Amino acid sequence: MSVMISKIRHRMPSFISLSVFWLSSFALLLSTTEPGLAQSSYADHQYTSEDIEAGLRVYIAECALCHRRNGSGVDGVDLRLGQFRRPLSDNDLREVITTGIANGRMPGIDLRQDELDGIVAYIRAGFDPSGVAVRVGDAVSGQMLFEGEGECSTCHRVNGEGPYLAPDLSNIGVIRTPAALQRTLLEPSSALLPINRPVRAVTRDGETIRGRRLNEDTYTVQMIDAEERLRSLIKADLVEYEVSETPTMEPATLSSDEIADLIGYLLTLGGLE
Amino acid sequence: MKMLQSALLILLVLAGLWLPSQLVGQVSYDRILSAANEPENWLTYNGTYSSQRYSGLRQITPSNVDNLELKWMLQNQVFGAWQSNPIVVDGIMYVTERPNDVMAVDAVTGRVFWLYRHTPSEDARVCCGANNRGVAVLDDKVFMGTLDAHLIALDATNGQPLWNVEVGDENLGYSITMAPLVVKDKVMVGVGGGEFGIRGFVIAYDADTGEEAWRFYTIPGPGEPGHDTWSGDDWEHGGAPVWITGSYDPELNLTYWGVGNPGPDWNADQRPGDNLYSDAVVALDADTGELQWYFQFTPNDGYDYDSVQVPILADMDWNGVPSKLMLWANRNGYFYVLDRVTGEFLSGTPFVKVNWSSGLDENGRPIPTPQPPGSPTWPGNQGGTNWYPPSYSPRTGLFYVSAWEDYATIYEKEEAEYQPGRMFLGGGFTVLTPVPGAPTIGIGRTSPINNWTDEVGRGAVLALDPHTGEAKWRFEQFDVSDSGMLTTASDLLFTGGREGYFHALDARTGELLWKASLGGQIVMAPITYMINGEQYVSVISGHTLVTFGLRD
Repeated sequence: MSVMISKIRHRMPSFISLSVFWLSSFALLLSTTEPGLAQSSYADHQYTSEDIEAGLRVYIAECALCHRRNGSGVDGVDLRLGQFRRPLSDNDLREVITTGIANGRMPGIDLRQDELDGIVAYIRAGFDPSGVAVRVGDAVSGQMLFEGEGECSTCHRVNGEGPYLAPDLSNIGVIRTPAALQRTLLEPSSALLPINRPVRAVTRDGETIRGRRLNEDTYTVQMIDAEERLRSLIKADLVEYEVSETPTMEPATLSSDEIADLIGYLLTLGGLE
Repeated sequence: MKMLQSALLILLVLAGLWLPSQLVGQVSYDRILSAANEPENWLTYNGTYSSQRYSGLRQITPSNVDNLELKWMLQNQVFGAWQSNPIVVDGIMYVTERPNDVMAVDAVTGRVFWLYRHTPSEDARVCCGANNRGVAVLDDKVFMGTLDAHLIALDATNGQPLWNVEVGDENLGYSITMAPLVVKDKVMVGVGGGEFGIRGFVIAYDADTGEEAWRFYTIPGPGEPGHDTWSGDDWEHGGAPVWITGSYDPELNLTYWGVGNPGPDWNADQRPGDNLYSDAVVALDADTGELQWYFQFTPNDGYDYDSVQVPILADMDWNGVPSKLMLWANRNGYFYVLDRVTGEFLSGTPFVKVNWSSGLDENGRPIPTPQPPGSPTWPGNQGGTNWYPPSYSPRTGLFYVSAWEDYATIYEKEEAEYQPGRMFLGGGFTVLTPVPGAPTIGIGRTSPINNWTDEVGRGAVLALDPHTGEAKWRFEQFDVSDSGMLTTASDLLFTGGREGYFHALDARTGELLWKASLGGQIVMAPITYMINGEQYVSVISGHTLVTFGLRD
């Protein structure tokens, strides 16, 4: 009958104070922009607020009759929420708007380039004139970058391919907005979810274990280590335990067009149907 | 000897040889009044009328707590947080489960004698889950409030309903989630619905007949003192619910009740004035319901700082004078000491980070420091603590409470129109997170993975010295905790948390003496009782009521 019971006589280890420090430093991040990242570098990846406002006017004049003001007027499509019948890059959107859809389902509309950009910006901003409209590029180019020059696939796994070191991205397109993906690519340290932080532990017998945190509680931590093994550690058995605020992922050094393409690819990742 | 008699009588009753009216197992008012003298039972929600959740039992001690072992488990077949507090009377445990089941359980084996199921109306609505926190017992009856705001009296022997009264209209958002309080010949409850624009009240019924005895509205009507703390018709739907069981001082004949938030929750601008008696403690005459005094913790609250904490009544010297005190760690982040005879404010100290107010004035009124729009407010919406019961040990002189540390919320207010029975919130809030869009702490745990982490908020058991408001010790937890406390005469402190650990701490030092990983969130407080000379400790974790005792 003596199940589930273990004896423990330790005070809390000292990592708590460390956590407190991180908490306060991250709280600051919420209200301030990271000093190293100038506003202009985000602007390279986004439409301007003028684009979005212009798009609002064009949308109401040309699109709202069928798509309605809230963007949900057509079955299977919610323009405001970015839900389409298939993944669409910004160029795909421009293409659909100018040429229409066959069999009279949607007429093509003859618009100037700035009007077209405006509508795309308005859609990408989630119909919010004061919102952020992230540029979404070509998914095929994005996938090539992901697997090649971008070196994403050296850590991330997608659809059963790749390592386990970083979070699996098979469904990232449905659990992240374009703006969140952009933030992660440009400023990983301000976008890394706390639970995914890298951890380093040293056991009593001297083993150093590094990996990615999967779960943690008062007495234990669960992780996947550098050898891709699932490990569960009892904190009282550790001589050192650190949670790092610095992600192993570096900010992307790709061009703004390439970032847009990567986002376009990531948005196609919808996991298993 | 008494225990033996009781057990014998229960056997006779079960064998049909004894009439229930002759049971010594009946819980007379006198027995509840002196419940501290029979620590083998747990006769009221918080153990005794003073609500200290302190037990005189001392068989389980710091030196043998290692020998605790599992005695039995009772699995809840209903999903959702299980917040019920068991009552134990002469070997029988009465416990509720969602939404409104009552069970009579053999407290030695965990096997069930009877189950009464009330299916609440489909129109019942509650903000935060189909919770029920337990029953009260008096004489041969068991009392339960329901989600559709009824109060039901059951026959303690077979679970048959004896009377059933409508306390409030569920279509207007009235509900009952608290365990009733019985005093003398009356059974008392308060109503929930602070998010639905109700007008809160505490109501007392004749325990025998279900006839209404008195009613106290927590929002004064026209012509009553305090009515001018509301403007226009705001008082008609200003909230001020009462959803946690009160305490009782028999010498003063006063019942004490914590009152919840005003409505709409987050737009205080929309209801100018102090909004009495929202976020206050009210002292009501047990016979008449008449207000004797009140103390308001958070006037014109815009943060949802319900004052539904359990009023702990403790007697001790205050500035050298023997005093009847009330100890209160409030959701607003301050720990208060009040004179419970007069309601006078004696002291108030923040026990977590507080920035909605810069301090309290000499009358205990907060000095407001509202944060700019978009900026975080500490403590966050779920408060520095909340409804889960703290404990006070007269042996250590310390007050024990679950605190949420480094947890903040960004509030947004907007105009809300009152529509009967609909949510009446006046805005919303987001929890401060280290990165945008990160997972946050919600009401209760829905995953075994803590993907919000301690960066969004941490839990701590604080042992506060009432005289200074300072923590004599603290026991930190990675996740926040909604667990209440239990202390014993052997200076043990039992508590749990969302992580599903059940801890036994040294009540004097905070040292962890023993723990068990029960796996499901502990969102209520442990209780203890003794049968046939064996002390038990029961706690609910997840969907399981677990009972421990010393190894045979």
